[in-house]
Amino acid sequence: MPVSKTYHEINEKIQKGNAVVLTAEEVAEMAKTASPEEIVEKVDVVTTATFGAMCSSGAFINFGHSSPPIRMEKIRMNGVPAYEGLAAVDTYIGATACSSKNPQYGGAHVIEDLIAGKDIALEAWGKGTDCYPRKHIKTRVNKDTVNEMFLFNPRNAYQNYNVAVNSTQNTIFTYMGTLLPNMRNATYSTSGELSPLLNDPEFKTIGIGTRIFLGGTTGYVVWPGTQFHTTKPKDENGVPVTNGATIAVIGNMKEMNTEFIRAAYYEKYGTSLFVGIGIPIPVLNVEMARRVSINNSQIQTSVLDYGISGTPKIAQVNYAQLRSGEITVNGQKIRTAPVASLSKARLIADTLKKQIEKGEFFLQEPVQMFPTNTSLNGLKGTD
Amino acid sequence: MKIVKRRYVLKFPPQSGDKPLSYVLVKEYDININILKAEVIPGKRGNLLLELIGRKSNIDKGIEYLEANNVVCSPLDKKIKFNQDKCINCGNCTAVCFAGALTMHPETWELQFNKKECIVCELCVKACPLNLFDIDFHNGN
Repeated sequence: MPVSKTYHEINEKIQKGNAVVLTAEEVAEMAKTASPEEIVEKVDVVTTATFGAMCSSGAFINFGHSSPPIRMEKIRMNGVPAYEGLAAVDTYIGATACSSKNPQYGGAHVIEDLIAGKDIALEAWGKGTDCYPRKHIKTRVNKDTVNEMFLFNPRNAYQNYNVAVNSTQNTIFTYMGTLLPNMRNATYSTSGELSPLLNDPEFKTIGIGTRIFLGGTTGYVVWPGTQFHTTKPKDENGVPVTNGATIAVIGNMKEMNTEFIRAAYYEKYGTSLFVGIGIPIPVLNVEMARRVSINNSQIQTSVLDYGISGTPKIAQVNYAQLRSGEITVNGQKIRTAPVASLSKARLIADTLKKQIEKGEFFLQEPVQMFPTNTSLNGLKGTD
Repeated sequence: MKIVKRRYVLKFPPQSGDKPLSYVLVKEYDININILKAEVIPGKRGNLLLELIGRKSNIDKGIEYLEANNVVCSPLDKKIKFNQDKCINCGNCTAVCFAGALTMHPETWELQFNKKECIVCELCVKACPLNLFDIDFHNGN
């Protein structure tokens, strides 16, 4: 009878300090000589991680009320616009919002500066109402003065992502980095066999309520991420060969650390936020053991031409090839480079592993699983 | 005598086009020179990234000769600033570095910066999402 375990049983082992925890890279190595049946017996939890630029990220903040109070109807934080439609002193600042004075400084930088404990210049305007008579406020806020600040990222940790090349004669500047002409470089962003959603491609353990590592503290998966797509083309292992599903995540920014959350600016693109995410995957059964055993040579992704409208797919490669430093596309050898940090992802996977081994981090069974058979709508212009 | 390779950023004063300085380096000091980057604005200034290969004593003398002719010579690595403490090892800079100065370590996946290989193309300055590179080819000493 094959071994199967429950969350409760694994958490009991964690409590006793005898849970066996490996990173996804370690278990991929182990799987070269061990079968899924052996792995489910030996391993309880596999830690996965990613540290990449995730544009769909942002923070909810409550500033507290001034005296007299103001109903903030236009808000700037260090010159960056923050959302004004959330009651009087709540806001949401998105990572890609930019300062009009300095386009290289955006919401992502405000978030990093807040986490770092720096003061942020806050300016807000209101029309003045009977209950909120103040029309203008200029002040400084930081992590200690605000009531709450929590990261709520609608779309993070893409399950696989494309490789970007540029076949045109001109250099182009993208969120996948600087793409040189004539396909002289190729960039990729996923942490491959260490990537969270590639180790549980059918979402058997990751769902609403999953406890995760987020930006240096504990966070949670709160919803399927936006553009949650489960019916993209898959390989023989059932793993999507292009960007598929995503997760929405939440966590207390006051407990975060700039080691794991960093602001970015991409030339001629704008700002974004590097987000560090780690997800523990319980090895509940043989099926999950098989899933977490996946290695870089078994994970395929699509090479897209970012120089051409519609970014057509021109090749398919695997992560072992990408990591080798060179891929071959239509007979042309192309140098590869990552645009997400594998060394940081490894640090996160290792940190989470140690937290679980020490009994500081327990697994949370999802309270609801994600939907299946989802696809996406496009957007038609009427102009 | 040991043959060494050095890279210098040379800053030429406005009136320096009348002397064949590089010819003298080759002829008098037996230095193999390779111009890796040049930017000349007539009447204003000229900047050159020069690779010098030769005996160390000759290169030192050659540099002394250039400086005696009002050419400011700065070793290349002094012209490149990289804020390594803040680097997250994302790899964006390695995507554009064709000189091979910026590479990812194949095991640790940490950034390795071999300044001696830099050709001051400056593509990394814009490619770094954290703005950690500062390369001073155009101005100053």
